[in-house]
Amino acid sequence: MGKRDDKNNKADEGVVPSSEQKVKMDRRDVLKGIATLPLFGAFAYSYYKRRSHEHLLKSNLTRGIGLSYEAPAPAYTPVSRDNQIRLGIIGCGSRGSHLLRAAGFAHPAWIEDVKRNAAVNRHDKRYEEYLAQDDLNVVITGVCDVFDVHATAGIEAAMNIQKEGSSVASGAQPKRYLNYKDLMAAEDIDAVIIATPDHWHGPMTIEAAKHGKHVYVEKPLTWTVEETYEVRKVIKDSGVIFQLGHQGRQTESYIKAREAVEAGLLGNVSLIEVCTNRNDPNGAWVYPIHPDANPKTIDWKQFIGPAPWHDFSLERFFRWRCWWDYSTGLNGDLLTHEYDAVNQIMQVGIPHSAMASGGIYFFKDGRTVPDTLQVAYEFPKKDLTMLYSATLSSGKYRPKLFMGHDACMEVSDKLVVTAEDQSTRYRDKIASGEINPRFPIYNYTPGQKNVDAVTSATEQYFASRGLLYSYRDGKRVDTTYLHIAEWLDCIRLGQQPSCDIDQAFEEAITAHMATKSYHEKRMVFWDEEKEVIV
Amino acid sequence: MAIFFKTKKKISELDFTSTQLILLVATRVLIGWHFLYEGLSKITNPNWSSYIYLLDSKGPFEFFFVFLGSSPALVSIIDFLNIYGLTLIGIGLIAGLFTRASLISGMALLVFYYLSHPPLALLSYSMPSEGSYLIVNKTLIELFSMAVLLVFPTWHRIGIDRFLKHKLINHRIDHGEEG
Repeated sequence: MGKRDDKNNKADEGVVPSSEQKVKMDRRDVLKGIATLPLFGAFAYSYYKRRSHEHLLKSNLTRGIGLSYEAPAPAYTPVSRDNQIRLGIIGCGSRGSHLLRAAGFAHPAWIEDVKRNAAVNRHDKRYEEYLAQDDLNVVITGVCDVFDVHATAGIEAAMNIQKEGSSVASGAQPKRYLNYKDLMAAEDIDAVIIATPDHWHGPMTIEAAKHGKHVYVEKPLTWTVEETYEVRKVIKDSGVIFQLGHQGRQTESYIKAREAVEAGLLGNVSLIEVCTNRNDPNGAWVYPIHPDANPKTIDWKQFIGPAPWHDFSLERFFRWRCWWDYSTGLNGDLLTHEYDAVNQIMQVGIPHSAMASGGIYFFKDGRTVPDTLQVAYEFPKKDLTMLYSATLSSGKYRPKLFMGHDACMEVSDKLVVTAEDQSTRYRDKIASGEINPRFPIYNYTPGQKNVDAVTSATEQYFASRGLLYSYRDGKRVDTTYLHIAEWLDCIRLGQQPSCDIDQAFEEAITAHMATKSYHEKRMVFWDEEKEVIV
Repeated sequence: MAIFFKTKKKISELDFTSTQLILLVATRVLIGWHFLYEGLSKITNPNWSSYIYLLDSKGPFEFFFVFLGSSPALVSIIDFLNIYGLTLIGIGLIAGLFTRASLISGMALLVFYYLSHPPLALLSYSMPSEGSYLIVNKTLIELFSMAVLLVFPTWHRIGIDRFLKHKLINHRIDHGEEG
């Protein structure tokens, strides 16, 4: 091919010459030695150009958007937890035991289970997270459940103050109450957690407030429209501290989403789309039936309570969400979570109208509530529509979408805002190339502080796979724990928490409007003056 | 010091044409550029950590990389070695400084990268990759390119190592050592 290079240069050939041939460096050697060094100049130049371009983009974006990447400030001032709060719990099933864990009382069997899982599955951090929860300084003094097995489990959890498996000695045993009214009347209980089927939420909340007990009640607030007014009145009159169980209030990305809306990033939002997608029997409320459940271990009469009478049925007891008799269906169970997130982010309040449709299209197992449901809510005062779309027989993931004229916001465990091509607000920035509508203008991932306007694919992957939370940058925390902790801290502070009775009232009425529309196959309206659904 | 300049090559093996030399040096510089930028972009990103890559490992050596990833102490050592290793290797390859050592340590890093995420037929990863590969991926090709550079040494001709080589030879002559 080419010419021979340096044929006579001994040094080039790697031969050690004899002492007479001591090597002398000439100009040619020096030039060859440093021949590649100018490339560092080329590297430095292009590196500098790239870095300063990225830096400019990021700083312009951060400044131009006016929304920080700092984690949101705590919703309330920290409070000393010196005085112990005595808790009673009604309903120690699946959700009830989660709430007990959030308060610091995990069942020994659960601890053994998660420890065993963590040993074989490195991604299972549940035990680690549980141990990382602060001590909320509460004691469980009363437990009530109409099913003996659940009541016993609640007692065992309440005694597990060592946060260990069953082999370890335990704390004081709480009293089991056979009837919830006795628990509400108990002297040694300051506050109650209600995690019963929907048809009991209203009556129990009223009873608790009347006895001056602070209330944490699972969503939805109520089972019927009528009781909703009474619950609100009793809570307000009694002055007890009330929290509705929408733990999404604690989700960092929702709190940042509210900041994004307030900063005007989206422009006018005309359409919000929220969804539920599940695709398994458990997600469709076909819960397992306990082998020890029978008329002797279940107080069936108390279970029925305000619901229409039905003969003993294990299916109805364990899968109560499938019947309007005890449940509020998708509306109360899952729409409420979505609506409450929207209400938290945009303070939409009660919609002007609701139109629902759907049916039982997949789980034809005797249930009365639909497994597929769409609800269109109109908020003319806010100039927007909220669309809720749900199916229990497809797991396709759909994020919450807030569609604005200037930008679209996608809310999940993180928050992504992407400018609209035809945006008015960002027109100049898009024209100048400062904003590329293909990339997010704001991309908030909890635990991360960096602006990520340039390369987003990786972090999107991490977030969607749950790999995002490292032990160095962020601490993953159970939102239910935060929600319970907020309620308990607010009791000590004497102020109402984030999902207070007004928010709860809006949540309940909104869900009931969808239910009424579904049943009556027509559009229903909220009369704001008279506060009635028409 | 001799390890960095070890050449037991016959004269004919080092006797490149200028085109051969230019292409070999160009390949060395290109790989060096790649390493240097990978290193610098990690230095300037405070959130970068090998943690996620290690935990995302699959294939026959998954247990090993996951073990590395599950210890915060090991992760910080690995992060340090990666960030500064990549940068120094990049500088070394471009400048032709300690080139042999840079090639060997660069290849060692690439072996780890390859084994932690082998592109085997049935594996898929969370970490996005920019192409589709079957057993052979760009890491493996870069690894073998470096092996080729190792057996066709150019650093005695073009690179700072040329000066060091001169010094070494003169040092040996001064002290009457045998080659």
